[in-house]
Amino acid sequence: MLDLDTTFSALSDPTRRAILGRLALGEQTVMELAQPFDISQPAISKHLRVLESAGLIARRVEGAKRPCRLIEGGVEAIDQWLAMLRRALASNYDRLDEVLADMKPPKGRKKR
Amino acid sequence: MSKLTLKTEGDKYIVVTRRFAAPPEAVYRAHTDPKLVQKWLLGPEGWTMPVCICEAKPKGRIRYEWANGKGASFYLTGEFIELEPCQRIVHVERMHLPDVTPDNRVETRFEPDGTGTFMTMRMTLPDVETRTRMLSSGMEPGMEASYVRLERMI
Repeated sequence: MLDLDTTFSALSDPTRRAILGRLALGEQTVMELAQPFDISQPAISKHLRVLESAGLIARRVEGAKRPCRLIEGGVEAIDQWLAMLRRALASNYDRLDEVLADMKPPKGRKKR
Repeated sequence: MSKLTLKTEGDKYIVVTRRFAAPPEAVYRAHTDPKLVQKWLLGPEGWTMPVCICEAKPKGRIRYEWANGKGASFYLTGEFIELEPCQRIVHVERMHLPDVTPDNRVETRFEPDGTGTFMTMRMTLPDVETRTRMLSSGMEPGMEASYVRLERMI
């Protein structure tokens, strides 16, 4: 399990992190990306699909090639969403604490 | 002190945990009685839930409508799938922003923890398009103004 406050599950895999590291240097094709890794092109393509659906990379069509690039701010956007979810849940559950306290007021305390 | 934890499980799920001082019976009731749900399931400060339909039985309907009193509103619909009183709720929900988001299956468990409850909620991680729409739904921009209004009220 990963803590979503700082990161995201698509980043949990070391190969995917390495792919993002290489794409930080510029656009690359699947073949170029597969070169330094000891895994097949289909396996790399699978990782790229995960990164693409997570909104971290984008691919364009150039003839038979599909070069990949990083999406600017992709990681930050996920953090932003998770932060929003966390804030919404935190304030909901703080309110729920009060609702629960009111359901069974302790002795000596006035019911609100 | 934050009692809330929020983690991923694989690539597809978010797991949220939270402790409550009240026993599972009470926490379960606060999740299934519309009169109680309406008081706390609100998101950011400043929002209310004018409509709360929560039929806590298998295939029972869920409909929550939120408004911020300044013209912004959105709603959520869903259905209950499984209910184990005081222990577990499985339901499916979708947001209407106003376009409908993909179904989110949510499992909520309540376990006794001393005199209180340890709650675990497992939900589906929305895809990037849904996340973007949720971020731009207007829930967040209203927050700051709501806080200002709250301070004035106090």
